[in-house]
Amino acid sequence: MANQSYVVAIDQGTTSTRCILFDHAGRLASVAQREHRQIFPRPGWVEHDAAEIWRNVERVVPQAINQARADSSQIAAIGIANQRETSVLWERRTGRPVANAITWQDTRTASLVDQLSAEGGTDRFRDRCGLPLMTYFSGPRIRWMLARDPVLREQAERGEVLFGTMETWLIWNLTGGPEGGLHVTDVTNASRTMLMDIHTLTWDDDLLDAFQVPRAMLPEIRSNVEVFAPTTTVLPGVPIAAALGDQQAALFGQTCFSPGEAKCTYGTGAFLLLNTGPDPVRSSHGLLSTVGYKVGGDDPVYALEGSIAVTGSLVQWLRDRLGLISSAPEIETLALEVEDNGGCYIVPAFSGLFAPRWHSEARGLIIGLTSYITKGHLARAILEATAWQTREVVDAMNADSGLALTGLKVDGGMTSDNLLMQTIADVLNVPVERPMVSETVSLGAAYAAGLAVGFWPELKGLRRHWHRAARWLPEMDPGRREREYANWQRAVERTYDWLQHDDDGPGT
Amino acid sequence: MPGTVQSIERAAAVLRLLARSPRPLGVVEIANALSLPKGTAHGIIRTLHGVGFIAQDNRTGRYRLGKDLLRLHDPPIDHNELRARALNWTDTLASRTGEAVRIGVLTAPLEITIVHHVFRPDDSVQVMDVGRVLPAHACALGKAVLAYHPDSSTVLRDASLEAFTARTVTTGRSLLGQLSTVRERGWASDVEELNGGEASIAVPIRDQGGAVVASVAVTGSPKTVCDGGRNPRPRLAARVAETSRAITGELAIRRE
Ligand SMILES: Nc1ncnc2c1ncn2[C@@H]1O[C@H](COP(=O)(O)OP(=O)(O)OP(=O)(O)O)[C@@H](O)[C@H]1O
Ligand SMILES: [Mg+2]
Repeated sequence: MANQSYVVAIDQGTTSTRCILFDHAGRLASVAQREHRQIFPRPGWVEHDAAEIWRNVERVVPQAINQARADSSQIAAIGIANQRETSVLWERRTGRPVANAITWQDTRTASLVDQLSAEGGTDRFRDRCGLPLMTYFSGPRIRWMLARDPVLREQAERGEVLFGTMETWLIWNLTGGPEGGLHVTDVTNASRTMLMDIHTLTWDDDLLDAFQVPRAMLPEIRSNVEVFAPTTTVLPGVPIAAALGDQQAALFGQTCFSPGEAKCTYGTGAFLLLNTGPDPVRSSHGLLSTVGYKVGGDDPVYALEGSIAVTGSLVQWLRDRLGLISSAPEIETLALEVEDNGGCYIVPAFSGLFAPRWHSEARGLIIGLTSYITKGHLARAILEATAWQTREVVDAMNADSGLALTGLKVDGGMTSDNLLMQTIADVLNVPVERPMVSETVSLGAAYAAGLAVGFWPELKGLRRHWHRAARWLPEMDPGRREREYANWQRAVERTYDWLQHDDDGPGT
Repeated sequence: MPGTVQSIERAAAVLRLLARSPRPLGVVEIANALSLPKGTAHGIIRTLHGVGFIAQDNRTGRYRLGKDLLRLHDPPIDHNELRARALNWTDTLASRTGEAVRIGVLTAPLEITIVHHVFRPDDSVQVMDVGRVLPAHACALGKAVLAYHPDSSTVLRDASLEAFTARTVTTGRSLLGQLSTVRERGWASDVEELNGGEASIAVPIRDQGGAVVASVAVTGSPKTVCDGGRNPRPRLAARVAETSRAITGELAIRRE
């Protein structure tokens, strides 16, 4: 492997697809990125075109390779990380998606989820799969798609129509597509479908029944760190050696390999994951039990997760839908025009509220408006919404573990926002640290792939690459912190019970 | 008085023509409208396209005014956006060199404001410097920007400058001398001119139009930043320059 100097990471995210090359020291050597369309056919529906995403992968990988002036013989392996729970069905014979992919933010399965919950409670499957019944996960989505079309269901039963989350879709296409493409998923992505037994890490018949999902359409479940197959296109011959859900990839990239270690990634949404070791921990405070990672034949490592649906996407909303800024980072400039939020709070319950409250019927609100409020105050309120949502998740994590978090490791695109990072340190009252690579999702995918092919010899050694790039210390007056938190909580409670059932629209 | 440059006059005429036209125009249409030989028109159009002042319609191959021309009046890049764009590359620089990295912008005639700071990757306790204001004449970040600033010669000609250490440059005249060296080699440095025990190397950051909008620096002990003769290491400067180019590339993507 003398001349193999890089590992390629593909980060198929909610807003964009990135390809990043990392060198032996875990340093970023090149990056290429392409956004894809966000399709909003109706309120609450959010779709992606899986074919567009595949084309983007075909473009960004060669771009990143060229930027590093490398060629495929220098690439040791490919690791894939992906937006989780986003689901696509496609025809095995042609490789064509049968419809747009339904993303994790999409709430069209609300009625179905309510109906299933009415039959046995929101937590009826929690012991088996670690998750409450929510629109967030893939299982209800598959049932929704198949219920609309009896022909599709028959094709799925015959294995002519396949299901996948984005890593499955990409691996299938990278390994031949209709000509023998490999149909596999990994334990982390599978742990977000509600279809996998979180203890045995296999598809579970009872769960498949409950969501009416034919086994023939499902991919085979693999570990995160193993050689899946060589690619046949894009970088022919280079092995795909890792696949992980993006948040688990970030946990891996932050080298949170010991129980008790946690990170929070700030992108479209924000996701706090805590390594809980070899056994799944059941949360009593609204967190999810999920697979953290599994290295080859080793025992799995589990995690507790606090998922926040809307953080960066609220900034994008300010940019794209309200047009008050022309790039996301300008929100910091705008927010710094004022001293504080002026009494204004924004609760971005665009897809209902995720952790720790899980109110799918909640919808977003802006409250505290007076004629005093300027766009600067709105910008503040938007950044503070991310901070307070983090606080709620951290409180839940502390309550579940019985230990108080003493610092937060952060990563993702929003960590370039100093004001936001300072605000998070202020409201959590703990130091916040960013590592030298903020593209930790990609780094985690690269680490996993590099381990599988021996580019890096062992897990523990990867810790040596972690270095602090920035650190924010709490500065807020405790009295003010408590008052603001109380205001935030009152604002959140006012979002409850907004959606009525008739609002769900047709097709449910 | 030197004469006017004909090709620039013609380029201006092409821009005026496109600005007035309700639809994109082809090469022949442009050549005919301005009574130019087709080859000449083609050369001018290709050049204007290269600098982003005109754009080509993918489908028809015809030309219209380009976004960069319309953006000539835009405000300079937002500092927070600059940080976001630079983040990956400054991390890589810090990790390759083992030194702290900063980005600075000129916010007053002789003041640099730090807009981005990456800690030295040794996990020691360090304090975030973002928002701190530095005297431009006494630091590499400042010199790298001043060297390309149109006002520098006026501002500095008769200036006397505050000393922070025995090594700080204190007259505008000697600073102007240093700035011309900066322009020759493309990078600036300071060795214990602001703080004892600290040396920096900085390179200007250009936007895709070539204007200097900021600078990026590595800062460390003179022992690591300089060679035995206390001269800043050119190899380190080359790494900083590489980072600066990567950031420029990132700024260009933003404009697409
Ligand atoms: N300086 C900033 N301040 C606030 N928000 C920002 C800033 N820079 C980027 N963002 C937000 O961060 C998000 C981009 O971060 P990142 O690139 O990590 O997300 P992503 O990986 O694209 O998300 P996903 O993986 O879900 O697609 C966008 O939603 C954007 O609005
Ligand atoms: Mg991401």
